[in-house]
Amino acid sequence: MILDGKCPTGPIEQTWDKHRFDLKLVNPANKRKYNVIVVGTGLAGGAAAASLGELGYNVQAFCYQDSPRRAHSIAAQGGINAAKNYPNDGDSIYRLFYDTIKGGDFRAREADVWRLAQVSNNIIDQCVAQGVPFARDYAGYLDNRSFGGAQVSRTFFARGQTGQQLLLGAYSALSRQIKLGTVKMYDRREMLDLVVVDGVARGITVRNLVTGEMESYSADAVCLATGGFVNVFYLSTNAMGCSVTANWKAHKKGAFFANPCYTQIHPTCIPQAGDYQSKLTLMSESLRNDGRVWVPKKKEDCGKHPNDVPEADRDYYLERKYPSFGNLAPRDIASRAAKEQCDDGRGVGPGGRGVYLDFADSIKRLGEDTIRERYGNLFEMYEKITDENGYKRPMRMYPAPHYAMGGLWVDYNLMSNIPGLFVLGEANFSVHGANRLGASALMQGLADGYFVIPYTIGGYLATVKPGQVKTDHAEFKKSVEEVNAEQSKLLGINGKKTVFEFMRELGGLMWENCGMARSKESLEVNLKKIPALREEFWNNVKVTGSGAELNQQLENAGRTADFLEFGELLCRDAHHRNESCGGHFRVEYQDEGEAQRDDVNFCYVGAWEYKGVGKEPELHKEPLKFDNVHLAVRSYK
Amino acid sequence: MSDHKTMTLTLIVWRQKNANDPGKFETYTAKNITEHHSFLEMLDCVNEDLIHTGKDPIVFDHDCREGICGMCSQVINGAPHGGQDRTTVCQLHMRKFKDGDTIYIEPWRARAFPIVRDLIVDRSALDKITQAGGYTSCHTGGVADGNAILIPKPIADEAMDAAECVGCGACVAGCPNGAAMLYTGAKVSQLALLPQGKAEAAERVTNMTNAMKECGFGNCSNHYECMAACPKGINVKFIARMNREFIKAQFA
Repeated sequence: MILDGKCPTGPIEQTWDKHRFDLKLVNPANKRKYNVIVVGTGLAGGAAAASLGELGYNVQAFCYQDSPRRAHSIAAQGGINAAKNYPNDGDSIYRLFYDTIKGGDFRAREADVWRLAQVSNNIIDQCVAQGVPFARDYAGYLDNRSFGGAQVSRTFFARGQTGQQLLLGAYSALSRQIKLGTVKMYDRREMLDLVVVDGVARGITVRNLVTGEMESYSADAVCLATGGFVNVFYLSTNAMGCSVTANWKAHKKGAFFANPCYTQIHPTCIPQAGDYQSKLTLMSESLRNDGRVWVPKKKEDCGKHPNDVPEADRDYYLERKYPSFGNLAPRDIASRAAKEQCDDGRGVGPGGRGVYLDFADSIKRLGEDTIRERYGNLFEMYEKITDENGYKRPMRMYPAPHYAMGGLWVDYNLMSNIPGLFVLGEANFSVHGANRLGASALMQGLADGYFVIPYTIGGYLATVKPGQVKTDHAEFKKSVEEVNAEQSKLLGINGKKTVFEFMRELGGLMWENCGMARSKESLEVNLKKIPALREEFWNNVKVTGSGAELNQQLENAGRTADFLEFGELLCRDAHHRNESCGGHFRVEYQDEGEAQRDDVNFCYVGAWEYKGVGKEPELHKEPLKFDNVHLAVRSYK
Repeated sequence: MSDHKTMTLTLIVWRQKNANDPGKFETYTAKNITEHHSFLEMLDCVNEDLIHTGKDPIVFDHDCREGICGMCSQVINGAPHGGQDRTTVCQLHMRKFKDGDTIYIEPWRARAFPIVRDLIVDRSALDKITQAGGYTSCHTGGVADGNAILIPKPIADEAMDAAECVGCGACVAGCPNGAAMLYTGAKVSQLALLPQGKAEAAERVTNMTNAMKECGFGNCSNHYECMAACPKGINVKFIARMNREFIKAQFA
């Protein structure tokens, strides 16, 4: 099937405004008759629930944490982009649009990206009005810093905790609506199924994580803002509870999964210290404003104290390879370059899996106090984890899985191929193409939640009669029975290996064979080994306790079961895409180490339709057209 | 840096099946722990051993494991988050302990935080305080340009100092009165400092203070234990600011 993203046509500058006018409206007095479910309360979900509640819809919001304020958007450090052009350095909506299309290696939709760039400025205004304490200069104006893949300073920030402050802004707006009664908040609930009646999304089945009870909720539209899936690599910068489960359950009910092979490996994370490790910690890309990345030129210097390696024997490889962007090369490129140095035997630290991020020059130029003011909390965090002082010796960094550009397929209205199912933020695939630029995730989450879904959901709801299906419908009962059956099965296996052991094994396969570099052969290894591991899981996993209580092992077992199915799809997508683009690097397709796209054969969104566990999914294509930014080799040299 | 000596520790952990169970301490041994393990990774190892022997693992709240989500919440040897300056449990590392140590692990204990299971408590009372007024009542869209109102850097910085609160509740757990004054004071101060929050300042402080009382939190008697326990180092001066705002509101 050829998929249609239903993007508006005509001059790109007018697409969103024209589309907003063309969308049908729901009369203010009728809005309260519609129920909307929002799953996930990060930037996208929190902003959506608050804004839809304010418009007058009846919103039910869900999160697996104990409070909507804890979603993993909170961990984003560096900043949020907007095309304000406050520094007068040549920025514009068009430049943000252009940088994002190019940064995504020409694998995103032009119209969606244009809209994102257009509403980016509203986001900053909105957050300021909420009381988000963005950094300001001494005159009282908003301050900016630079991020990768751009030659203008367009990133707004709140120390090293921008995600936290933006999320707390959305949480405060959500709290206001909860108090007003327009949003009903359900915390400690995990979505375990999407309920589809006659091809239309009508509700969800969730597990109450405290009592273990299955609960049904019906609505006229369901919004998934359930984040990304890079915990499929086991070790990632995601929170422990981040999973593919909600998206995978929707996929199994018919929603297409688009571009799962586009995964972002972030270049600056604290290297792994041991096998017991449960997660990796990111250090903001903003550090590359003032930190210089290097490895020793000579292998024999790798074991030395970094301060003992003379200047002439250091290879500042990003500055050498990409002189015009230097240390601020985009993430995919910086990560691959780090791997290349380490593969060449010039990595530092345990196992030679690390590169230095050195602040000595900046400290000399600006003083330690200025660096502390800019990044103090990051240096503190680094020291807590590694016991090393980043002001005195260069930090050690290594790339780690961080973000999913791929996600559920949506059209321009953020609606999936299942009518009534909308997907927001990282959970969808829409704007980042094959690589996301720094400080663009926060922008997308809030754009979708505050400024896109409030309009586009109305266009859908205006065409449906409210309250047609309630939870007494047979499909809801069937869904609860199916979920209960799966839970009983997991509890009844009583095998020999723990859930963590399986997840670690799956993550190892994914990182080794489908990580920063992939090949036909390595992917074929995974396409054999993952189904075998899945079979072993269903025969040999050990989950203690019962389903009728708070049971974290059971929660993790369910998430792992889904990752064991999803991991195969990710590898299959990577296997079919015989080109390299952005975060998807197939070793067979490169030009002197740079990704080599194949625009003749692969300039499309690959959206997969589920056909059953272990069965080959069906690929649907949405061709990508570039009328404004011309397809070109992406160069940061 | 990477010496491979390991530690063996004795853990005395609060176990409680559910809210109605009286609960009790149980003793466990943590083996093969290195200085690079985080405290939660040490507990992960203990849990893996428990699962292998068919026992229920220790249940605890955690999520981001990088000190920002505010989910983790354990009293370690009597100190919320373990007593290391400006550190959440998830950022506490085992290099702070020695081989042979005995470690007591308990949940937050406060009237307003009922125990859910083992080390997990119900902190929804903190959400209720925010719902009472921890926001500006701006609408989505239709707001002024971000630079329309200038905010002097010292004011923006002080608001940010207050805004860093992660909502973990350690201040309540550390307070002998089980007060949520630091949590509430931080939000009241952040918004009272900023021009965007001033319009509703009086109503906000009144409503949030009332919510605090209704939720069963105690009052401040200046022990400053909250500041000592706070993983973000939120200063008690924000409690003083809240008190000033409250008094101002009575005359408004």
